[in-house]
Amino acid sequence: MPENETSGGIWDAAWGFFASVRLTIILLLSLAATSIVGTFIPQNKQPLEYLQAFGEFGYRLLAALDFFDMYRSWWFRLLIMLLVLNIIVCSIERLASLSKIIFVRNPSFKRSRFQKTRNRSVFDDDRQPETLKDLFLPVLQRRYRHTRLEEGADGALCLFAEKWRWTRIGVYVVHLSIVVLLLGSLVGSIFGFEGFVNIPENETVDTIFLRQSGKAYRLPFSIRCDDFDVRFYANGAPEEFRSRLTILKNGRPVLEKDILVNHPLRYQGINLFQSSYGKMAPEARPEDSELPEEVTLRITMKASGRSFTRQAAIGDQFDLPDGLGTLKVAGFQKAIQFGGQNLGPGLVLALQKTDGQTEQILLPLHFPNFDKMRGGTFFVSILGQKQRAFQPGEHAERYYTGLQVTKDPGVPIVYTGFVGMIIGFIITFFMSHQSVCVELTARQGGTHVAVAGIADRNKLGMERKTAQLAERLQAL
Amino acid sequence: MSSSHILSIVTFIYGLAAFLYIFEWVFGKQAAGRAATVVAFIGLIGNTAGIILRWIESYRMGIGHAPLSNLYESLVFFAWCIILLHLFLEWRYKKRIFGVIGTVAAVAALAYASLKPSEIQPLIPALKSNWLIAHVFTCFIGYASFAIAFGISLLYVLRHVGGPAVLKRLPSDSLMDELTHQLVMFGFLFLSAGIISGAVWANSAWGRYWGWDPKETWSLVTWFIYATLLHARFMRGWRGNRIAVLSIVGFLAVLFTYFGVNYLPGLHSYGAMGQ
Ligand code: HEM
Repeated sequence: MPENETSGGIWDAAWGFFASVRLTIILLLSLAATSIVGTFIPQNKQPLEYLQAFGEFGYRLLAALDFFDMYRSWWFRLLIMLLVLNIIVCSIERLASLSKIIFVRNPSFKRSRFQKTRNRSVFDDDRQPETLKDLFLPVLQRRYRHTRLEEGADGALCLFAEKWRWTRIGVYVVHLSIVVLLLGSLVGSIFGFEGFVNIPENETVDTIFLRQSGKAYRLPFSIRCDDFDVRFYANGAPEEFRSRLTILKNGRPVLEKDILVNHPLRYQGINLFQSSYGKMAPEARPEDSELPEEVTLRITMKASGRSFTRQAAIGDQFDLPDGLGTLKVAGFQKAIQFGGQNLGPGLVLALQKTDGQTEQILLPLHFPNFDKMRGGTFFVSILGQKQRAFQPGEHAERYYTGLQVTKDPGVPIVYTGFVGMIIGFIITFFMSHQSVCVELTARQGGTHVAVAGIADRNKLGMERKTAQLAERLQAL
Repeated sequence: MSSSHILSIVTFIYGLAAFLYIFEWVFGKQAAGRAATVVAFIGLIGNTAGIILRWIESYRMGIGHAPLSNLYESLVFFAWCIILLHLFLEWRYKKRIFGVIGTVAAVAALAYASLKPSEIQPLIPALKSNWLIAHVFTCFIGYASFAIAFGISLLYVLRHVGGPAVLKRLPSDSLMDELTHQLVMFGFLFLSAGIISGAVWANSAWGRYWGWDPKETWSLVTWFIYATLLHARFMRGWRGNRIAVLSIVGFLAVLFTYFGVNYLPGLHSYGAMGQ
C-alpha cells in the first residue's frame, strides 16, 4: 500500500538521519558553539542587569530564546536529546553486524587480506619451512590468543594468529557510558533538589529553601548546628570552616558529625555541604523587623557638604541634583548582609546613574551613616532612627552556618558513566584487534619468511609490533 | 637554593635546549641535536627537583600540600609534562622535531609562570581535596599532549601553505598526521579524566558535579572540539590539513579554558567558598 510505503519512507529517512556521523559532527560543533555563548552572557542574573547590557530589544530577543538560562533551555536539551538518539541509532546499526565479527569461536583468516597490507617484514632463513614452523608456532601462541596453521594453494605454510577481537566493542562502551551519564543527570534533575539553609549556632531547622524556585522544602529530619568555627591563616586567608551538626529524627539525635568543605555529611540520601557562614545580627529586637512606613533620607554632597532631605516610602523614586541620576527606594530587608556581617534591618536603594549604570546602596537602619563608606560623590543617611555605633565586635560573637543541601539520586549513575567512559577510552585508544600472518615459502637452500600484520585501529603501533615480531622470529 | 630559583634556572636550560634543537633543525647539525637532548634531559631533572623541593618547602612552612594548587605551580607542572612527553616521543620515534615543539612550549610556560606570584600559599578550604590533585594532574598531562599535537599540526599546515624551506625537513606528512591523531587520543583520555575528577571534586566541595560555570563549560567545549576531530577521522576519514586545523582550534580552546576564562563576565568559583 502506498500509505505504508510513505510512512516506511519517513521512518527510514529518520533512521538514516540519526544513523549518520555527519549529524554527530554537526551536533558536537553546535553544542560547542552554543555553550560558548552561555559563557559570554552571564547566566541567571536579574532582568535589570540584562536590560542595561543589551538594551530593550536585545533583552527581549535573548530572553525569548532562553539565552539567560540557556543550559536548561528547551533547545539546548533538544540538542543533547538528538545526540543521544544519534548514539543509540548508530550503535544499533553497528552492533548487529559487529556481534557477528566479535562472537566467533574459531576466527577464520583470509590470506589475501595479509597479502594486501604494506605492513610486512621479510627475511630469509636457511632452514626448512617445517623446522621453522615448529619454532615459530610457540612464539605466536604465547603472544596471541588464537593461532592456526594452513597450507596455501602455492604450497606456502601460513601461520595465522590474532588477539583482542573484543576490543572492537570499546567505542560502544564509550557511547553507552555517555548515555548512562546523561541519564543519571536526568534522574538527578527529576528526583533531586538543590537548596540552602542558614542555621544559627544552637538552633535547629527542618526546612530549607530551594535554589531554583526559592520555595521552602521540608526535610524528613531536622538539623541542629551545635557549633561553628572558622580558622584563618596568618595571611588572613581562611584555613577551615567547620560546623558541628546533629541530625535529629523525631526530636532524638541520630547522627553527629563535623562537616568541612570537601567533607560533607550524607544522611538518607540527602547531603549537607559547608557552603558559607556569617555573624548573627546584634540581638534582635521586636521593632527590628518592622518596616517603617516612611523614612526621612538625607542626601549629602561630599565635595560641597550641601545636603537636602526627603520623605520616602518603599517604591518611591526621585531625581538627584547635578545630573547624578535617579534614586529609588527599592526594598526593605530584615537582615542586610555586608562582608559576612549581618547589619540588621535596612533599606536597599537603587541609584540609576545618567550613564545607564545602576548601583546598589545599602542603608541599615541602625547604622544611619553607613553609606559614607561607599565612596561616591554623595552619601545617603537615614534620619530619626535609633543609632548604634558601627562596631562589629561589640556583641558576643554568634555565627550561623550556611549549608548547601542537596539530594541527587542520579550521582551513582553518573559516576558509573564516568568509569565506563574511561575504561572505554583505554580500550578504544590503546588496544586494537590485531592479527598477523607468517608465510613460510620454501626457497632453494632454505625458506623465505614474510610477516604481515593488520589491526583495526592504530596502524602505526601495529607496524612497530610486526617489525618486532619479525626480529624476534629471525633471532630464533 | 629555593625551588623558585631552581625553576628559573631550568627556564634557561630549556631555552638552551630549544636553541640547540632549532639549530639542528635549521642547519642540519646532528651534534647540536644530540646535545639538545642531553640539555633537555638535564632541564627535566632540574624541573623535577624544583617540584619536589617546593613540595618539601610547603611542609617546612607547616602548610604542606602537593605543588599543584595555583597558576604558577600548574605551569611548572605543565612544562614538566611537556618535556617528559617530548623526550619519550623522541626516543620512541627517533625524531628530534618534538624537541623543538616541547622546549619552546616549556620555555613559554615557565616564562609566563615567572610573571606570576610564586610564593607558596596555604590552601583555602575548597582546595583541600585529593580530587583536586587528580584533577590538575590529569588535566595538565592532557594539555601537554594537546600542546605537542598543536605544534605538529601548526608545522604541518605551515608546510602546506608554503612556509619556509626548513619545513621540508620535517617528518613525512603521514607520520605527522598519525602522530597528531595519537597525541589527540592520549590527550583526550586525560582531558576526560580531568573533567571527571573535577566534577567529582566539585560534588564533594559544593554538592553539584556540574554547574555550567565558564571554566567548566570551556573545558567541555574543548572536549567537544577534540571529539569532533576523532569522529571526523575515525568515521569520515579526514586526514591531513583538516585534522591539523581542528587540532589547532582545539588547542586554542585549551588556552582559552586556562587563561581566557578569567576575562569573561562573571567569575569562576574556583576556590571561592560559596558560589
Ligand atoms: C560526545 C558524544 C558522542 C557522540 C554523540 C558520539 C556519536 C557517535 C556516532 C553517532 C558514531 C557513529 C556510530 C557508528 O556509525 O557506528 C560514532 C562513532 C564513533 N565514535 Fe562517537 N560519539 C561521542 C563520543 C565519542 C567519544 C568521546 C569517542 C572517543 C573515544 C568516540 C569514538 C567513536 C569512534 C571510535 C567511532 C567509530 C565507531 C566505529 O568504528 O564503528 N565517540 N560516535
